[in-house]
Amino acid sequence: MRKLGATAATGTVLALALAAWTHQPPRPEQGGGTISGKVKFAGTKPAMPKIDMTEEPKCKAKYQGVPTEETVVVNPNGTLANVFVYVKSGLPASYTAPAPSGDVTLDQDGCRYHPHVLGILVGQKLAIKNSDGILHNIKAKGVKNRPFNISQPTNMVSERTFTAPEVMVPLECNVHGWMHAWLAVLPHPFSGVSGADGSFTLKGLPPGTYTIEAWHEKYGTQTASVTVAGSETKTADFSFAGK
Amino acid sequence: MTKRAFACVVVLITAASTPLTAHLSPLTLQDTTRGKAVYVKWCAGCHGDGGAGDGPSAAHMLPRPRNFTGAIYKIRSTASGQLPTDADLMRAIDEGLPGSAMPAWKGRLSDGERRDVAAYIKTFSSFFADTSQHVAALKFSSAPGGGTDPSALKEGRRFYEDSIHCNKCHGDEGRGDGPSAPTLKDDAGFPIYAADLHQNWRFRGGGTVEDIYRRLRTGLDGTPMPSFSDLIEQKFLTDEQLWRLAQYVRSLSPPGAPEVRDVIHAPQIAGTVPVSPDDSVWARVSRYWFPLVGQVIRKARWFAPAVSGVWVQAVYDSKTVALRVSWDDRTQSPDTAWLKFEQRILETVAADDSAPPLQAEPWPDQLAVQFPRHIPDGMERPYFLMGSETDPVYQWRWTSRPRKSVAGLARSIERFDTLPGALAGEASFDHGEWRLVFTRALATPDTANEVQLEPGRAIPMAFFAWDGSSGEHGSRMAVSTWYFLALDRPTPPGVFISPVLAMVVTLGLGLVVVRRAQRRGAARAGV
Repeated sequence: MRKLGATAATGTVLALALAAWTHQPPRPEQGGGTISGKVKFAGTKPAMPKIDMTEEPKCKAKYQGVPTEETVVVNPNGTLANVFVYVKSGLPASYTAPAPSGDVTLDQDGCRYHPHVLGILVGQKLAIKNSDGILHNIKAKGVKNRPFNISQPTNMVSERTFTAPEVMVPLECNVHGWMHAWLAVLPHPFSGVSGADGSFTLKGLPPGTYTIEAWHEKYGTQTASVTVAGSETKTADFSFAGK
Repeated sequence: MTKRAFACVVVLITAASTPLTAHLSPLTLQDTTRGKAVYVKWCAGCHGDGGAGDGPSAAHMLPRPRNFTGAIYKIRSTASGQLPTDADLMRAIDEGLPGSAMPAWKGRLSDGERRDVAAYIKTFSSFFADTSQHVAALKFSSAPGGGTDPSALKEGRRFYEDSIHCNKCHGDEGRGDGPSAPTLKDDAGFPIYAADLHQNWRFRGGGTVEDIYRRLRTGLDGTPMPSFSDLIEQKFLTDEQLWRLAQYVRSLSPPGAPEVRDVIHAPQIAGTVPVSPDDSVWARVSRYWFPLVGQVIRKARWFAPAVSGVWVQAVYDSKTVALRVSWDDRTQSPDTAWLKFEQRILETVAADDSAPPLQAEPWPDQLAVQFPRHIPDGMERPYFLMGSETDPVYQWRWTSRPRKSVAGLARSIERFDTLPGALAGEASFDHGEWRLVFTRALATPDTANEVQLEPGRAIPMAFFAWDGSSGEHGSRMAVSTWYFLALDRPTPPGVFISPVLAMVVTLGLGLVVVRRAQRRGAARAGV
């Protein structure tokens, strides 16, 4: 309890210092509201094409069976993974995002991207890691952000940042045509990706009415309007249907 | 310090701190209103009124015209993802982009017009107006490094295949036939060929070693070709090693762009002509380059020929002629690994004979050599595009599958009738290169239809090539104009002996004259 108090005190001091330093009023989102939910999947689960990694024995060895593409990943509990859920609009005009803490890592492992879908703040560093130690190139095909295409022929980390909000910046490797990832560049930290249980959580929202968008690479987008006040938790579920 | 000295120091400091790029881009881009007028007249046909690379001609092109709205440019001097400098834009406009439909505009448009149009092109993207964009040419050592000695090139080769793995796309021997090549797309989703590194005169950004090095540093934005600058920053390789790679890539192409000559000279050889394309005789025979272009005269037209030209060699003996044709082709068609790529090409390059895109089929590779039926006395020759009903042409045709060679008469693109006479053809395929040797008797019984190959005459000859894996067949092909084959008569020995004799006689006479003069002088001195 004492420790917690000390942490809280330190946190407050830091927050105040930061607020004083940036000449911003204290942020309302500390504490703040939460929006969470699940992304359900209805209909027929499409069969994902198998990836032939014969050309890359190092990657092939990382799988027991034959790896498949990750365009549609339906979880065992019938939910849909890799759905990017974020606040599309509704933040007050005066809102400014906190300075990014830490980097976001995108790993190339087993000739696939981990994670397959990810979010990043404007100005935050994306650390692009090659854990395979074989030739990859990483190409970002932004439209609002400048694109780039860099070679990574060995175990290494390259860093890049993004200047403008954009959902999504497609990332790809041209050596391995099956490798795709999706990067959302946002001006705020209110986003999440549905995981292995299909759930997502957006935390620390200032009070307000938000348009929440759920984005999936194959099934497109859905939106929901959610109002949060104080530190309450609201639920927003989405459902995508296989065709 | 006097005022004047102070001014001098200021000037010197300013000069020293001025970035190099300032000298490279002396232009201030100019009037966008005048630029628009130039653009609408000369550029919009391909690049589109709105600059989206979608003008009326665009649908037939591969590579497609640049879409200016995204401000993504392949050929830059800046880091991957950065905007091009004004000098980069001017270079593309002034010199064009070799290997594409973009011509050089220097000499066609005035200096002012070219600058104006560059300024206008920048208005298609808001990135150019965004002052937070960092635009600076990467700084390189001014002189090419790396060296061209065998050990340096060997190290370059090591980086090519073991370290950076250029071969994944560009292939083991650099002809754009690597395992990833058939999967390549550009940012717009159009199919894109990995560059054939044996044809540096077709590199979009130029074929010098400096150009190649710059492309390795900057990458080609909008394409699968990445930048290798991070590798130097992270000390995976040194700048000198990247230069060696550039030198190696440069060494794959001939020292100069091939000169197109009208006549293939075939020497007569002792013994019998080689029938194999890999016979050592061919290494000693001059080769001639003949560029091919898309067949755009008859429907279905083809604006995206995959074979850019053929290398031709010829020799003959007392009875037979051997003609060796070699050309770069990424695939030994039909090749199922390339069927999807072929489908994307057929969907990208609009057909003018069918509205829906054609279905990819496993077409073979083909090559045809064309002659008139008789050597003409004057300049009159049959229609170069496979003859006509009244004046057919005599052709040798080879296909990769079934692997065979036939001779026959063509009366149009559509009509080819095989002749019974024998035609031998032997072909080999090696890392993206076809090598084919046709052999035929100089004289044949069917003098009415088959050209009689007489030494000392100018025999008209033309070439056609099809790459099956690029969807080429029928009228979708690459064509040449008429050239000539000359079976050179061996030079009579007299030609070599006469000058020597003449020299010996002259020398002898000269000596006699000198001797006599000396003797006379000595006699006089004795008096």
